[in-house]
Amino acid sequence: MFTTQQYVVASSLDEAYALNQKPRATVLGGCGWLKMGRRAIGTAIDLSALGLDRIEEFDDRFELGAMVTLRQIETSEALAAAFGPCLRESVRHIVGVQFRNCATIGGSIWGRFGFSDPLTCLTALGASVRLHHAGLVPLSEFIRMDYDRDLLVAVVLPKAGQRAVYLTHRATQTDFPVLAAAVCRRADGTYCAAVGARPQRAALVEDTEGLLAGGVTDASARAFADFAADRLTFSSNLRGSAEFRRHLCRVLVRRAAIQLEEGQA
Amino acid sequence: MKISYTLNGRARTDEVDPARPLTEYLRAQGCLSVKRGCETSNCGLCTVLVDGRPVLSCTTLTARINGKSVLTLEGLEDRAAEIGGYLAAQGAEQCGFCSPGLIMNIIAMTDELTDPTEDEIREYLAGNLCRCTGYVSQLRAIRQYLADRKEAEQA
Repeated sequence: MFTTQQYVVASSLDEAYALNQKPRATVLGGCGWLKMGRRAIGTAIDLSALGLDRIEEFDDRFELGAMVTLRQIETSEALAAAFGPCLRESVRHIVGVQFRNCATIGGSIWGRFGFSDPLTCLTALGASVRLHHAGLVPLSEFIRMDYDRDLLVAVVLPKAGQRAVYLTHRATQTDFPVLAAAVCRRADGTYCAAVGARPQRAALVEDTEGLLAGGVTDASARAFADFAADRLTFSSNLRGSAEFRRHLCRVLVRRAAIQLEEGQA
Repeated sequence: MKISYTLNGRARTDEVDPARPLTEYLRAQGCLSVKRGCETSNCGLCTVLVDGRPVLSCTTLTARINGKSVLTLEGLEDRAAEIGGYLAAQGAEQCGFCSPGLIMNIIAMTDELTDPTEDEIREYLAGNLCRCTGYVSQLRAIRQYLADRKEAEQA
């Protein structure tokens, strides 16, 4: 468990941002990961009084406030109507309902954890993060950024007609994924795949060769899956070897593309 | 930090250590049904309801209950005893250590889901671990409890 010297329930984003410039300050999300360590926090910054616990729908986008829980995402009818079951699928295997009522999307995305399910799915869907200082940053860029002292305010999900299928392989129910994959078809007919738990952070692979441009068939899905698997790096850890993960990438990306074509998105 | 909240129906105001895990705080208030079974937010034993939603009290900081309503097993004794009876009737309790958290989450599931399928029950309760059993007897008990509730509602 972490320790804190000072606990501040921030009354504004500006106050939270200013407090977070102190070197030993930490912004609190749901604390599911933070509590696992023994960090000595100088100032703990609590965002729960800032109204960031809402999923807001606009004409062109959804905004998921940083304090929205994974369970809210899982049960949101508006998100399911816009994007199908992929977002629900990306969180429903995470520990249990009680954990998902605690864990926040801000904490999950800010952490940029390699094992993160929602990071993988949201990257495929073309989401961005709204940072208090840096503004809107595409998730595909944010993933590669180093940790800094900025403040994640919201995840912004464009409503652009994109659809995705999200699949994982897990050694056992509720465990971290051995590999996570999402394939997304955009309204203009282009495709991309995000692959996470490699076990590094999710990475985006665009179908730059147009392998799926002529339609998704078993052969074209296989070609795109091989394309993704050959371009990404994989590593070994206790959940699986690099070779197994590369194999899983070929299987899950192919299946996700086919399921997308079959309308399961 | 000063917080105001409701514990098992009674309004309270207290000066608290804001970053203290809610499990320890609630135990200090006499709610000894709330226990730690793990240190990794995985076992579900510490489940309490905050504004009706099941949360892990080991992961929830005490500051976060400010302005909210907290229910523990101590505040749900009748429902807990009823569910406990179904578990006992099916021989689902062995050491019994995990039962308070499981019962809290069964109550949450019953309040949130209407007529859940077996898959939905398994998914809702996946965050409650039991290391004595294989969950078969618990599932029998839960199915019987839900079936009897449904029958009573329709009667």
